[in-house]
Amino acid sequence: MSRHAQVTRLTVPVSDGDHSIGPIDAPVTLVEYGDYQCPYCGRAFPIVQEVRRRLGDQLRFVFRNFPLTQIHEHAEHAAEVAEAAAAQGKFWPTHDWLFRHQFALDDEALLEGAQELGLDVERVRRELADSTHRARVREDFLSGIKSGVNGTPTFYINGIRHDADYGLETLIAAIEAAAGSGLQDTLKRRE
Amino acid sequence: MAAKQGERAPDFELTATDGTRVALRDLRGSPVILAFYPADWSPVCSDQMALYNEVLPEFQRYGARMLGISVDSRWCHSAFAENRHLGFPLLADFEPKGEVAKAFGVYREADGTTERALVVIDAEGVIRWQYISPIDVNPGADGILEALEALTEGATT
Repeated sequence: MSRHAQVTRLTVPVSDGDHSIGPIDAPVTLVEYGDYQCPYCGRAFPIVQEVRRRLGDQLRFVFRNFPLTQIHEHAEHAAEVAEAAAAQGKFWPTHDWLFRHQFALDDEALLEGAQELGLDVERVRRELADSTHRARVREDFLSGIKSGVNGTPTFYINGIRHDADYGLETLIAAIEAAAGSGLQDTLKRRE
Repeated sequence: MAAKQGERAPDFELTATDGTRVALRDLRGSPVILAFYPADWSPVCSDQMALYNEVLPEFQRYGARMLGISVDSRWCHSAFAENRHLGFPLLADFEPKGEVAKAFGVYREADGTTERALVVIDAEGVIRWQYISPIDVNPGADGILEALEALTEGATT
């Protein structure tokens, strides 16, 4: 049997339909496939925020849903609430809120969050009940499967799966390597 | 001599999570996915079996049967399967240890475990795709889905 250690690529390119923050023409695009109930994603959240802070407009960050529903009972609804928030123009504040409230993500807590975030709560409740955003979440999940997502979180830097750990220094180094030398100055200034 | 792509898969019969015996020869008529993995109980969010559990409906669209195989015992497998809510059987390649893994050429003598290896077998029992991942990298499900897709295309052309 042959042995492989090949590069794994993002097969569904970043598009207008994605939740994206940062300039479209940034030299580096970081894609995360994540699960709002996953403790590892919870730990990665402040790291990604710091990476975003240091890179500023040199980075475009994209989040795609990859809920592991069989082991995280609230992950699907949490993802659907983020999508419901996106429909009301508030994806990113909701995304951040979810990672900060991993300790309680049952439906009641999610709707309280929606209230706190100033969303139309009745609409969120209705859309959850109707599974309005389920297809979108599944679409993200399937795009991840096709791209070789092998757990959560899985990161792609400029379309290549990042197989090393996602500690701050490792991520920054991988991003630098992907972007080339132009990034060094930006990083130095913000350390 | 280990099994090769394009050859008939070596038959085996192993005890599954629920105590029943699963024989490869009895699964003719459906594609079979064998997922050899080193051990039960790897960290949950990056666990290969937990991932395949999520992708199971996609495998089933191709009529494929998923089987996890490691050298762990049936009782270890059943505790693990229950904890992760696994919807497919785990087979215990436990006694004689690693015999099936050896037949497929994916036993690691030094570690006493199997490689992280994937095998896709067609409905006639022929190996159509196999892959050994670096031991610490969960190979994901993309390769399996591509292999199943190729089986379908082969059948219709």
